[in-house]
Amino acid sequence: MSTFKIGVSRGNLEIRQFLRQRESVVFTLLFPVLLLLIFGSVFKNTIAPGVTFSQYFVAGMIASGLLNTGFQQLAIMIPLERDDGTLKRLRGTPMPPSSYFIGKILAVLASMVVQIILLLFVGALIFGVHLPTDIGHWITFAWVTLLGITGSTLLGIAFSSVPRSGRGASAMVTPIVLVLQFTSGVFFIFNQLPSWMQNVASIFPLKWLTQGMRSVFLPESFASQEVAKSWEHGRVALMLAIWIVIGLVLALKTFRWERSR
Amino acid sequence: MNPAYVNHEIRNAIEIRGLLKTYGETHAVAGVDLEVQAGEVFALLGPNGAGKTTTIEILEGYRDRDGGTVSVLGEDPAKAGLSWRNKIGIVLQSNNDAAEITVEEILNFFSDYYVNPRNVDEVINAVGLEEKRKSRGRELSGGQRRRLDVALGILGNPELLFLDEPTTGFDPEARRAFWDLIRGLRADGTTILLTTHYLDEAEALADRVGVINNGRIVEVATPATLGGRDSAKVIVRWSEGGHMKEERTDSPTELLRSLGARFVGEIPELTVSRPTLEDIYISMIEGEA
Repeated sequence: MSTFKIGVSRGNLEIRQFLRQRESVVFTLLFPVLLLLIFGSVFKNTIAPGVTFSQYFVAGMIASGLLNTGFQQLAIMIPLERDDGTLKRLRGTPMPPSSYFIGKILAVLASMVVQIILLLFVGALIFGVHLPTDIGHWITFAWVTLLGITGSTLLGIAFSSVPRSGRGASAMVTPIVLVLQFTSGVFFIFNQLPSWMQNVASIFPLKWLTQGMRSVFLPESFASQEVAKSWEHGRVALMLAIWIVIGLVLALKTFRWERSR
Repeated sequence: MNPAYVNHEIRNAIEIRGLLKTYGETHAVAGVDLEVQAGEVFALLGPNGAGKTTTIEILEGYRDRDGGTVSVLGEDPAKAGLSWRNKIGIVLQSNNDAAEITVEEILNFFSDYYVNPRNVDEVINAVGLEEKRKSRGRELSGGQRRRLDVALGILGNPELLFLDEPTTGFDPEARRAFWDLIRGLRADGTTILLTTHYLDEAEALADRVGVINNGRIVEVATPATLGGRDSAKVIVRWSEGGHMKEERTDSPTELLRSLGARFVGEIPELTVSRPTLEDIYISMIEGEA
C-alpha cells in the first residue's frame, strides 16, 4: 500500500479511537462550544458599532479551535502514545513514518471541521453572528484556516517531545493554550490589553489567527478598531508562515518514537 | 556476489561481532558475539540487567550501538529500511496501547502495513483470541494482551521473529498453546529469537540457548548440553534408616544395582535425576557474579 493510503488508514483508526474516548470528545469538541454559550450569554454588550462581544468571541474561538484541535490535541496525545508503546510498536512495523503523521493530520482536520461547524452554528443561531456572503471573505477564511491548522499541527508534533511523560503533558500544554487565549484576543478584546501584553502576544501565532478570523466574521468597519487600524492580511500570512517553518523544523528535529531513557 | 557469501547469509539470520553498548559508565553490552542460524529457535537467557533487552533492541533497530558489527537478515539494523522491517516481527516486552481498539480492528489495520500479511482470522485463531476478537485492548487480561502482542508480531509473516519474554502472565494452558504456536512457526521456517525467564520454556522450544551475563555471552549450546549438563553427574536420592541419602555418580545404573541388592523389594523414596536446565543456568549465573 502507498504511504498515503496507509496514512488514510491511520486517520480512520485515529478518528475511531478519538470518538471512543468520551473525555477527549467532550474536552476537545464540546468545551469550546460551552465556553461560547457562557461568554456569549454573559457579555452581551456592543463593543463597536454593529459588533457585539459574542461576535468578537466567536471569531476568537474559531481561531483558538485551530489551536485546540491541532497543537493542544497532538501535544497531549503523542506523549501518551509514546508512553503506552503505540509509537514503539509502529516503529517496529514497515509503516512509513509519514503515514503516521498523515493519520494525525486527518484526525486533526476531522475534529477541526466538526468544531468550526459547531461554533458557527451556535454563533449564528444564538448570538447573531453574520456569516460572510461573498466569496472574498470565504477565501480569507480558507487560507487563514489552512495556514493556522498547518502551523498548529506541526507545533503540536514539535511540542510533543517536551513533556517528559504522557501524564504530565496535559498539565504542561493546557496552561500555554489558556495564556495565549487570554492575551491574543479570545477572552478579552485585544485592543483593550496593555500594549506590552499586545507586543508579547504578537510574537505568537494565535494573535494573528484571531485577527485573521475577525476579518472574516466582523464587519469591514471593525478594521479601524484593530491595533494597526487594519486587518493586516499580509502580516497575518507572514507570521503564520514563519510559525509553520519553525514548527516543521522542530518537528523533524525533535520527534522521538520512544520515551527518553 | 561471492556464492559462499550468499550461502553464508542464508545460514545465519543474525550475526553479531563484538557488540558494545554503553550507558554512561555502564557497559550494558560488553562485546557480544552471537550467530543465530536461519530456521532455528534460539533462546537468549540471562538475569535482569544482563544485556538481553539491549541486545535484542539493537537487533530490532530500536537502539544504536557503540561498537561491533551486526547483521540481521543480511542488513545492518541501524540502517535498514522499511522493506527489512517487512521481514521481521517484533514482540516487545510490554505495551498498554490500543486501549480503545478491538483485537480484530487493530489486526486489520496493521495488516495494511505489510506486503504479504497473514489472514487476520487465522492469526486470531492461532493465538487463541477467537472469543475476544470484538474486545478492546483495555478489556483484555494480561495474558490476552500478550497474545495480541504475539498476534501483531506474526501478522506480517516474518522470516525472523523476536519474542521478548512472550509468555509472561500466561496460565500453564495458554503457555502450552503458545509453545505449539511457536513450534508451528518454526516448522514453517521462521527463525525465532526468544528471551525468557522460564527455563522449561527454553528447553521446550529452543534448538540452542545462549546465556548472557554482565553484558557478555557465557555459553551457547543446545539445552541438553549447556554447561556440560549431558555429562554432569546423576543425582540418586533414597531413604535409608529414616534419613534421606544422596549420591552423585557417573554410573547410576551400577549404583542402583548395588542399592537393589541391599534392600528387600523397593528402594524407599528413590529418585534418579539429572540436573535441570534451571540447575545448570543458576550455577552458571552464580559462578559469574
